[in-house]
Amino acid sequence: MALAFDEYGRPFIIIKEQGQKARLRGLEAQKANISAGKAVARILRTSLGPKGMDKMLQSPDGDVIVTNDGATILEQMDVDNQIGKLMVELSRSQDYEIGDGTTGVVVLAGALLEQAEKLLERGIHPIRIAEGYEMASRLAVDHLEHISQKFEFSVTNIEPLVQTCMTTLSSKIVNRCKRALAEIAVKAVLAVADLERKDVNLELIKVEGKVGGKLEDTELIYGIVVDKDMSHPQMPKRIEEAKIAILTCPFEPPKPKTKHKIDIDTVEKFQTLRQQEQKYFDDMVQKCKDVGATLVICQWGFDDEANHLLMHRNLPAVRWVGGVELELIAIATGGRIVPRFQDLTDEKLGKAGLVREKSFGTTKDRMLYIEHCANSRAVTIFIRGGNKMMIDETKRSLHDALCVARNLIRSNSIVYGGGSAELSCSIAVEAAADKYPGVEQYAIRSFAEALDFIPMALAENCGLPPIDTVTAVKSQQIKENNPYCGIDCNDVGTNNMMEQNVFETLIGKQQQILLATQVVKMILKIDDVITPSAY
Amino acid sequence: MTVERLLKDEATEEKGDRARMASFVGAMAIADLVKTTLGPKGMDKILQSTGRGHNVTVTNDGATILKSLHIDNPAAKVLIDISKVQDDEVGDGTTSVVVLAGELLREAEKLVNKKIHPMTIIAGYRLAAECARNALLQKAKDNKRDPDKFKSDLMKIAMTTLSSKILSQDKEQFAKLAVDAVLRLKGSTNLESIHILKKAGGSLKDSFLDEGFILDKKIGIGQPKHIENAKILVANTAMDTDKVKIYGARVRVDSMAKVAEIEGAEKEKMREKVQKIIAHGVNCFVNRQLIYNFPEELFADAGILAIEHADFEGIERLALVTGGEIASTFDNPESVKLGHCKLIEEIMIGEDKLIHFSGVEMGQACTIVLRGASSHVLDEAERSLHDALCVLSQTVNDSRVLLGGGWPEMVMAKEVDDLARKTPGKKSHAIEAFSHALQAIPTIIADNAGVDSAELISQLRAEHHNDTTNAGIDIISGGVGDMEKLGISESFKVKQGVLLSATEAAEMILRVDEIITCAPRKRENRM
Repeated sequence: MALAFDEYGRPFIIIKEQGQKARLRGLEAQKANISAGKAVARILRTSLGPKGMDKMLQSPDGDVIVTNDGATILEQMDVDNQIGKLMVELSRSQDYEIGDGTTGVVVLAGALLEQAEKLLERGIHPIRIAEGYEMASRLAVDHLEHISQKFEFSVTNIEPLVQTCMTTLSSKIVNRCKRALAEIAVKAVLAVADLERKDVNLELIKVEGKVGGKLEDTELIYGIVVDKDMSHPQMPKRIEEAKIAILTCPFEPPKPKTKHKIDIDTVEKFQTLRQQEQKYFDDMVQKCKDVGATLVICQWGFDDEANHLLMHRNLPAVRWVGGVELELIAIATGGRIVPRFQDLTDEKLGKAGLVREKSFGTTKDRMLYIEHCANSRAVTIFIRGGNKMMIDETKRSLHDALCVARNLIRSNSIVYGGGSAELSCSIAVEAAADKYPGVEQYAIRSFAEALDFIPMALAENCGLPPIDTVTAVKSQQIKENNPYCGIDCNDVGTNNMMEQNVFETLIGKQQQILLATQVVKMILKIDDVITPSAY
Repeated sequence: MTVERLLKDEATEEKGDRARMASFVGAMAIADLVKTTLGPKGMDKILQSTGRGHNVTVTNDGATILKSLHIDNPAAKVLIDISKVQDDEVGDGTTSVVVLAGELLREAEKLVNKKIHPMTIIAGYRLAAECARNALLQKAKDNKRDPDKFKSDLMKIAMTTLSSKILSQDKEQFAKLAVDAVLRLKGSTNLESIHILKKAGGSLKDSFLDEGFILDKKIGIGQPKHIENAKILVANTAMDTDKVKIYGARVRVDSMAKVAEIEGAEKEKMREKVQKIIAHGVNCFVNRQLIYNFPEELFADAGILAIEHADFEGIERLALVTGGEIASTFDNPESVKLGHCKLIEEIMIGEDKLIHFSGVEMGQACTIVLRGASSHVLDEAERSLHDALCVLSQTVNDSRVLLGGGWPEMVMAKEVDDLARKTPGKKSHAIEAFSHALQAIPTIIADNAGVDSAELISQLRAEHHNDTTNAGIDIISGGVGDMEKLGISESFKVKQGVLLSATEAAEMILRVDEIITCAPRKRENRM
């Protein structure tokens, strides 16, 4: 096929060695792509919702991850197929943008692809389908805006925020103590939030985990936790009203970058050099002491002698603290990171009310707590749990909850969950479809049908009869003109999501629909897949 | 049209029932593996490493067995992980936690086959675990206020823990050893200050607790072998050639005479350093780093005992014990805190010479010297003793105590059974299953002891119908006995840890409905 003829009629080959390349064209390519996309969605489908199941993933190195976070599953899955990779990207971008709903977005994209396949079989051109989807998605997003509600919260009234985070957490393994974790997440976000600018820098929230204890022992620390201990075992383990010098220079003799040599050729030189060395250490410690520091946190190591001098001068110190942690400490304590001893001044010291070392369990794990900081804008969530997998999963779940809380602070519009928003959109899109002349109408209608897939999957995962439940809820929505009816996943007895307090952020939902549509459009437009054969 | 291949070449994917089955089978296989080591009459396992030398370990410590296994089944890895955590956190009960999780999954499998949704099972398990924990809380006794009783509690716990180990023959002796050692810590859980020294030779009975501190080092030649009222300087400093630390410095000379001069200066420097150390007024100097012959000679001249190359932990421990500080500079002798002890002497254990510090300032640390016929015995004895020490130190903090011998399991099972009867809905099946799983533990203990478990458990259950019973399995006589009288106790914290971690692990495995295994990373063949 990739054969052309030049002006003399001699054949030449456009694509080299085409015999070794697998190539799919036209409808065949689209169908292959769709089936790959669907396969990815099918894997995630069972993880949707509060009763969704987990996946166990074994990494190439043999580590085991148990999770139901869509983004994590796909990332670890080692997908080889190109379209599969697109889906992975899709869930990742939802993760970056919103942080939650990573499973939903893939399931929705899968549903859209499935519907598109039917339309393709009827002979509708893929571009027309794509355009129809585009229109429908715009309709759906507008409708979401329409049914969304503003919800009020303030620093004193965090209950609504906690409720939202609970919805997010309820689908994770940690739902046993979702209330506690949701409160931790909300408090953490509020602590670092800039309510006037409506922005939250999630980097200020550090999530640390340590194996052992119970999930219930997870705590929020208004300060920083560093997985380090004092450099000298006999330094005090508890410092009150600490003044912290944050250094990025080692307590070691200087190592100038330029190449140099010091030649020792006489005994005197040897002596002076030695004295200088001693003085150097002495000076370093003295400078820290002079500015009034009571704790030194250093990014680098200490020489044995310096270490002892510090201990001797009663100046506790911590060494090998990572760069990120150092920055956080600087933010939290209001100190400045000082790159040279000469630059140390009183103002550059950070202040913290209490620094203490805490040990855990029977092993000799110790961590350093820096609390009551001058600027409490940096917080740490410290997770405890039965095993490493549990902690990793809790970290991921908390990340989702934090993102949700952040999104709510950014924009406080919400829609109701439990599939109610999707159903309501589906009804609206379906109704609007009839107004469009042309082939797009079919595509729009299919879009509406695809939206039904999410509540359907929800119902299925909860062990409810999917078609019965979804149709019943849908008719109820139309009859009562109530867009808040959803799937009663937890067997509470009512399917009004407003009463169940199940809601999600508006931007999260909108983003899901937009992202899913975009990817589906992209997949539909592909009509030629060229893969190099195995090498 | 064939479905496109989605995953990489060697990656595998298992779904739904198959995935669940794979994880059940894996988890149960692990549980069955360690099952026979449970209880006082549990058997040991021989582990042979695949590394060079094919080292052999004989143990019945669950965590050690599982750590050494190479497992491919992901669910089994979850179980190994919880046993590790149990080891880190409380130190004992590593086998029980795996066995209980395995039993919970075995029961769950039956329920799944009856078409009960895993989520329902999980909900039931959670309720049951909560209820079981409350039952334990109510029954736990706390004797913290009465020191004598508390100590006897500790003794009982230590003996119960040790009775399933290799030390069971001399459990009384070792229990006393462990209790004494832990009580010296005065509530801290820092087991580092208990030093366990293994010396092959003699028999396990010859093991003893030393109040002082024993350092496995030799005293330098020509130095005093016996010092009373020792003042000890603990240091971490270079005593070989004290290098110039300023970067880029090097010696460059043009004649032999200069070399000699510089060498002289170096020596002078070292001599000065030694003089400074001597100026502290010490008569014992312990360094973490090497001490070369020259300074050693100087020390010997001054009549100071110099000990070189004590490892890092040894140094920290010694500093802790003697109350000195680890010094690296020696310019201010008046402000360096020196360590003190009444007597330093060289002692012989078996064939080896060791240095013994007695009458130390801080009474916290101590050394346990283990003697035994072979290194395998010693290793296992150390593990057993470590378990006992961990449990005891945790008990000192959380002094609630339960009876042992399957008593707590039966108490929990009864409460959980009651709950199952009260709970409507499908969950009650799961709750009932939980109670079955709990009862499996005394059953296994009985089975391992070779007694008629079915008979015994039914008797026990009847006994436990009465709320205040102390009945448990008496392995020695092979019948039901009063645990209180037999003096079999367990720490509340261990039991709680077993219960919670096992439930958590079972839940985690139950929630899985798909296993995706990535292609193993290719290793380069180094042969």
